[in-house]
Parts: sequence; structure tokens; C-alpha cells
Amino acid sequence: MCQVDEEYNGQLDHRVTPRVSKKCVKCKENTTVLIIRAGDAFCRGCFKEYFIHKFRAMLGKNRVIFPGEKVLLAVSGGPASSSMLSQVQEGLSRDAPKKLRFVPGIIYIDEGGASGQSMEERKRAVAQLESVFRATNYHYHIVHLEQVLSLPSSVLEAGSSATGKPPTGSSYKAAVDHLIPTRKNQNQHPDLSVENAQSHLSNLSMQEVQNGVTSPITPEHTQALKRLFASVRTPTAKEDLLHTLRQHLILHTARTQGYTKVMMGDSCSRLAIKLLSNISLGRGASLATDTGFSDPRHGDVVIVRPMRDYSSKEIAYYNRMFDIPSVFIPGLDSKAQDKASIQRLTESFVTKLQTDFPSTVSTIYRTSEKLHTACPPQNTNTQLSAKCLLCVCALDTKLEEFSAYQATLISEQLSQRRGPGPEFTPGTTAAPGSPPASSAGQGHSSGGGQSQGCETGDGGCCSSAKEPETVDLKSLLCYSCRLTIKDMTALDALPQYILSEAERRRSQMREEISEFLLDEEEDEAIPRVNGS
Amino acid sequence: MAAPIAIHLEFGGGAELLFGSVKEHHVTLPNQSEPWDMKQLLVWIRGNMLKERPELFVQGDTVRPGILVLINDADWELMVGVLPECVLCVKD
Repeated sequence: MCQVDEEYNGQLDHRVTPRVSKKCVKCKENTTVLIIRAGDAFCRGCFKEYFIHKFRAMLGKNRVIFPGEKVLLAVSGGPASSSMLSQVQEGLSRDAPKKLRFVPGIIYIDEGGASGQSMEERKRAVAQLESVFRATNYHYHIVHLEQVLSLPSSVLEAGSSATGKPPTGSSYKAAVDHLIPTRKNQNQHPDLSVENAQSHLSNLSMQEVQNGVTSPITPEHTQALKRLFASVRTPTAKEDLLHTLRQHLILHTARTQGYTKVMMGDSCSRLAIKLLSNISLGRGASLATDTGFSDPRHGDVVIVRPMRDYSSKEIAYYNRMFDIPSVFIPGLDSKAQDKASIQRLTESFVTKLQTDFPSTVSTIYRTSEKLHTACPPQNTNTQLSAKCLLCVCALDTKLEEFSAYQATLISEQLSQRRGPGPEFTPGTTAAPGSPPASSAGQGHSSGGGQSQGCETGDGGCCSSAKEPETVDLKSLLCYSCRLTIKDMTALDALPQYILSEAERRRSQMREEISEFLLDEEEDEAIPRVNGS
Repeated sequence: MAAPIAIHLEFGGGAELLFGSVKEHHVTLPNQSEPWDMKQLLVWIRGNMLKERPELFVQGDTVRPGILVLINDADWELMVGVLPECVLCVKD
């Protein structure tokens, strides 16, 4: 087979497409309407069952949503999150004892300020979505991205989880079982009491804050936001920054409104793309939390992704066939070139590969399922400053002298162009802006210790007054957030809460280091002793 | 010989941005000696309806990867062969 002179006479030219039968593979009766994965053709009814079952199985397998919990649904208006919303509605409405029990709320973030939409377009989109939300009768919050400028800095602190130890499977079962006997014991109206309690709860929350829309924004806020995004040079960093700010806003809303879980609508395809692009961005260390089912990095608020088993094709067909309303809102990367940003490039790569090899996305998905967060050794050194300032993932504060990251820093230092003082900013160095992804991906994603940051700071301090501020912010960030910040020209455009939190952590670090520094008075005391 | 066919096209999920933000189109395909098939339809759409950025919709012979096509609310991949004369739906 593998001989030199072998000729393949065009037999391998076209892929043999399997002939698809006209009958559904499940019920074998009805005519098929769509194909999922390699060759499974489903009819309409079986597809609907399959779709709904997957959602409940995903929630049931990972027992993190407890009965009675307040869950915030992050809806962007796109097909996946709209589908998630309809699944939640579907799951909560059933009368069966297996119905989902939690109290949902909806959040929508209006990002029009960042993506350059006009106020009328934004208002129109918001109005469309509001009508969808009102039809669900759930409490909803409409938040504008401009509000990220006025967040408190407590957003960046990881809260402690509500219960002391993580909830185990047995406590989950106990919590669910508790509900069932109470229904049996009610003689007169078995079903109504629980229903009444839940509807009473939701009515209460509706009455407290009648309107889901938060305070209106001023044009100055929009200008400040535009300035922030204009100061970011590359679309990659823009998307990364947008994602981070969005997470902060959702987290803040969840915390202030008392939600303990957030459901994001990331589909399988979206997560596969995110996995690969995160590796390219330098976020390899936090892959498990970024793409896994549950994301516990914030402590008190857990982010879950129940749609992670659905490919975008399944979602699109379901929405179309069963009339799920979704609103398309153009974002930062709409109509962008294929090579505009790392995320966009990865997306076009994966989708193109998917057409020829239909198992691409599911293979990547299964790989991501195997990733688990390694529990860090519990020692007293893990404190708040061990988390990245922006993305709240774990910083590796241990100094590794000969790591690949150190090497990239040294080569960056050596190849910096020593220009005149005021014009010198870190972004104009001759060194490549983003060091090769391979060095980051190979596990040495040490964020660099505190003294490491000072070393580069000392090197930079000589050349410009702006350097210390940039470098000090960098020492609080993980590797990929550093790259994002590096692409920003004006760091003071960052929202106030980030800058003040950075200042607070820096002074905390200084206090800790100061114990080890020699006091100046001790130096003066020595000659006095000698002199006397 | 194929008589002019009236078809109903719907674009969604962002694809409508390339067609002047209009989601529903009723068009009539002109008279043609051979029966219409999907490839010809796409070429016709690209030539007559697409307002901008053709590379975001059509790639070579077929739609760009990532764009889903439904014919009468059924998956295009289920069908082989010639376009039937009826209502057609194109969705992202």
C-alpha cells in the first residue's frame, strides 16, 4: 500500500457519502427531516424528544443546580441562548415529579456601545428582546455594557461558596427527595402548595424591582466605552476584553440580585472554537474551567453551561422547526475578515474542517470533557492575590527560574528598542507582541512571581515614566490578560474598578514585601553605634 | 425546459445582513432549458441578490461552511439531486 510507485487512480478523490434512508432511525416510521452527526436521520417528533432529553440529562448528570436555587440565564438573543431559554421554560412547566425546580431570571447585556451600533438600533433590539422576555414571565434584567464603568471593585474578588464544602451527590439527592414527600403529605391540594410557593416567590421578586431595565445611560458613558475599545489595537484583544467585561457585569448582577448560578448558552461548536482559540491566546491553564460544564472560579457564583452538548446545527434546526424566537444582533466580529482575530480564524478553521470531517467538533468536545481542574495543594499561601486581576483564574505565583515564560521575557527585554523617554510605550517594542503560542500552551503558564514583575519593571523604569504602571498591572495578570493589556495604548481608559483594585493589590503586595526590606533607620543606626 | 419558478427564500441568523437586512424574499427564477438545481440557484443568488461580501455566503460551488440550508424545512443533506419546484428556505 505504501510503495513509492503506487498510483491511486482517482479512487480516493471523492468521499463516499453514505446513502441516508428516508425513515427516522429512532421510530422507523416517519419521514426524516434532518441529519445529526454522521448519519443519524431523525423525524420531527423524535428530534424534539432527543433535544429536550439532552438538556435535562445534562442538568441531571452534573448535579449542581439545587431545587429552589436562583439561576440567572445569560441570554444574548442568539440562537443558542434563546434555545436554552425555551428549554428552561419547557423544563419548568412540566407537571411530572421530575420537573426542573429552580427560580430563573434573565439577563441581557446590550453591547451596542462597543460594537458601534446607533442608539436606535440598540433600542430596537432591546425592545424585541423585551417582548420575548415578557412572554416567559420570568424576571429579567437589561444591562448596558456602559454600566461596566461604574462597577464596584468587589466584582474582582472571588467570593466564598455559600456552603462550606462543595455540595456532594448525596446532599443533592436529599434535597430533591425532600420535595417529593411534602407533596405526598398534602392531602387536599398536593400539587398546588409547591406551585403556590414558587409563584409567590417569583411574584415577590417581580414586585421588588418592577422594571428589569436598569438606569439609562448617558452619551458620555458610551463615549468612555468607545474610548476604551478604541484604545485596544487588535481585534483579538478587543474580543478578549469584551468577554472579560461581560463576565464581570453578569457576575455583578448575579451577586447583587442574589443569584447563585449563571447559565450560559455556549453550544458545542462554540466551545470547541473557544477551546482552540483559548490555547492560542495563552489561556491553556484554565481550559477546564473555561470550557467545562461548571466554572467555579468566582466562588459564590457558579457558571454552568447546559448547552455544551448541542451542535450549532441542532440548535438552528430546533429553533426553526419549533419557532423559538431569537434576535440576531451584530457584534464585534460580524462581517469580519477570516483572519481578523485569533477567535475568528479558529472559528473559520473549525467550521471548514467540520464540513469535510463531521466528527471534528464532537472530538474536540470529548477532549475537553476529559480536562479536569487539578486541585491546587491547599497551603496557606493561596490568597486573593493569587488570582488574575481580570479573568480571576489562578495565577501561578511560584517562581520558576528556567521556564519558557522567563525566556520570552528576557528576549523581549533584549530586543526592546531604547527610544526617547516619553514616546516609549511597551507596545512599540521590536519584540513580537504576542510570543509564540506554543510556549504558553506547554504548561509553563506561570504568571510570573511578584519579584519577576519588579525585575522587568526595573528594566523598564529607566526608559520611561509610563512603564512602572503598565508593568505593575501586568504582575497582577495571568499570561493571556497580559497580552490583552499589552495591546492597549491607553491604560487609563480601563474602568475605574479595575484600576482601583490593581492599586489595592499592589499596596497589599508592598506591605507584604516591606517586612523583608531593611529599614533605612537601621542603616543610620549602625554608624551611630560605631561612633559612640 | 423549465418554466419560471417562483420561490420563497428566507435568510436568518445574520445571513440577512448580506441581503440588505431583509429576511424574506419572493423571487422568480427565469426560464431555463435545464431544470434548476441548488448549484445554479446559488450562482443566481450570488449574481442577483447578494448585496455585499459574496465570500461570506458562497464558497466555490456551495454555501460557505457554517451556513445551513433547509429545503421545505428539511435538511439539504437529506436530498440528493435536483431542486424540487416548491417553497425553499435558506437559513444560517
